[in-house]
Amino acid sequence: MFKHYIRKLIFFLPRINLAIFVFVGIALGLLSPGAAFSKDYDYININNPFLKKTPVAITEFKAFNGHAAEIRDGKTAKQMLKDALNYTGYLKAINPVAFLSNPADTGIQLGQINFRDWTGIGAELLITGGIYENNGRVKLELRLFDTFNTKLLVGTAYSGSRSMIRSMIHKFCGEIAYALTGKRGVFNSKIAFVSTVNGKKEIFICDFDGENIKQITSDRSISLSPSWSYDSNWLSYVSYKRGRPEIFIRKLKGKRGAIVNFKGMNISPAWMPGQLKLAATLSKNKDQEIYLLTIKGEIIKRITTSWGIDVSPDFSPDGKKIVFTSKRTGTPQIHIKDIESKRVERLTFNGLNNTSPAWSPDGKKIAYVGIVENKINIYLIDINTGIPIQLTMNQGDNEDPSWSPDGSMITFTSTREGGVQRIFVMNASGSDQRRLLNMRGRQTQPDWSN
Amino acid sequence: MKNRMWINLVMAILVAGLFLTVSCAKKQIVESGTIENQAQVEAGAKVKAMTDAQAEAERIKQQKLDDQMAAQKALLASKASADKKRFGNQDVHFQYDSAELSPMAKMLLKEKAAWLKANYTVAVTIEGHCDERGTTNYNLALGERRAATVKSYLINLGVSASRMNIISFGEEQPKDFSKTESAFRKNRRAHFSID
Repeated sequence: MFKHYIRKLIFFLPRINLAIFVFVGIALGLLSPGAAFSKDYDYININNPFLKKTPVAITEFKAFNGHAAEIRDGKTAKQMLKDALNYTGYLKAINPVAFLSNPADTGIQLGQINFRDWTGIGAELLITGGIYENNGRVKLELRLFDTFNTKLLVGTAYSGSRSMIRSMIHKFCGEIAYALTGKRGVFNSKIAFVSTVNGKKEIFICDFDGENIKQITSDRSISLSPSWSYDSNWLSYVSYKRGRPEIFIRKLKGKRGAIVNFKGMNISPAWMPGQLKLAATLSKNKDQEIYLLTIKGEIIKRITTSWGIDVSPDFSPDGKKIVFTSKRTGTPQIHIKDIESKRVERLTFNGLNNTSPAWSPDGKKIAYVGIVENKINIYLIDINTGIPIQLTMNQGDNEDPSWSPDGSMITFTSTREGGVQRIFVMNASGSDQRRLLNMRGRQTQPDWSN
Repeated sequence: MKNRMWINLVMAILVAGLFLTVSCAKKQIVESGTIENQAQVEAGAKVKAMTDAQAEAERIKQQKLDDQMAAQKALLASKASADKKRFGNQDVHFQYDSAELSPMAKMLLKEKAAWLKANYTVAVTIEGHCDERGTTNYNLALGERRAATVKSYLINLGVSASRMNIISFGEEQPKDFSKTESAFRKNRRAHFSID
């Protein structure tokens, strides 16, 4: 439930022509009558497992100056928009051959659109775009309409250099997601993962859609288990670069960081939501237990106290509980522990090997890995009912689930293509499973940032 | 034919020559004492020859002994290196999702304990490994427990704890990359590396 339409103008550089600013502000303000009404329902409930995809018509971008570079960049921007919205899994771009009119010619603003042309072809949503380009500087004017209610849902303008078109489009997608689901979506998020593309296992990051791959470690050792801090500024991971498994806590920009190097093993780091603290498994007292650590790697407290393997912690969205894998009952099973009250509950009872839990952002479900008859698959269990459903099946081995920040998707590792581990994404209901990255070597342990 | 004739001729001359020398010696006047001396000399020569022969025999015997010793040494050395190799090559294997020692694992560890005691200057690292089933983090933990179980068993057999390090590689370093039951069996192991 939310009340506001997005009318704000986001400019990347402050030195934007004031005249344009005022013009666009007035234009969009005038053309946003829908903003006067309060919206008291969500267009799309992304937690609905039987979600039907909403058809959206994305029209050609109007090139205001009409020169070749502007037209070309308009096409690129439109394609980026289409790819990003198709990626969400709850929107589906309609094939443009069905379109009855072309707002790029007839006008991209509210009063200039004949909504019957769009409801007639089944488009529940319509997006129009316009582009101004001068000397490598670009301004995009973007609007989302509800065709059946003939309303403007989102109207924004962005400007910056040409190289920023992608991030402008993704900011707009964030606004669309917010208008439709109440959440900003995945468009500003990144995925950290492990890759053997250069031989040894190293940590990499990429954008939510697999673009902009960057290598983070070059240790030529074994690097594992990347985890994002809630503010996406820090990464923690495990590396053998100094001979044994230690946890590296690293600020991505700058050189700040710490190493958790207690005697024995230092593995399985996971950041706390909203605070720069981590949970991790240490074996400094012989038995492997989960501890709460500061960002400098100092122990705040020990969380688990039971003999046997305790590993793979993940926090509840409120940071008050952890879900983890424990062998205390003889086989690895998923357990939940309240950090303050110390109460422990076993969550999984089906199967003999359930590991690698990931708490959903809405706090209601846990995704995990189950092994049944040597088949490794991802399951989703409702915390209240305790009923698990299987999300992957009959397609190789599937591991390492990690939730998208809006809870609409899960990224995971699968061997379904040629027996090699690669990173995939799917909707949280298990639909639309597709490969995220096209890289040589093996890719594992994806972790999705906020 | 011509060659043969020449050889015969030369032979004839040589034989004739021999007779001439012998007859020359006979012409000399020889006293009886000298004959005795001659006998003594001959006896002396005989003794010398005998002692020489004995010495030679002795030398040969010694040589044989030396050879044997060397061979034995080499054998011992090769056995030691074979033992060392075996120590490094023979992994301790585990059941799926288990860090418990099977009777066979215990037998192998007794042998390893004996070797460690015989080679008391050696320090080792015990690596715990897993098959690929199960998740990365869980297998890191399981691998450490395998290495730790092996270490504590060896401590019970009298090997000093300070000589043994443990490290887990989880599923990161499989011995056999294939996805068969036999490959998994090979990969679930504790491996000894000499520091």
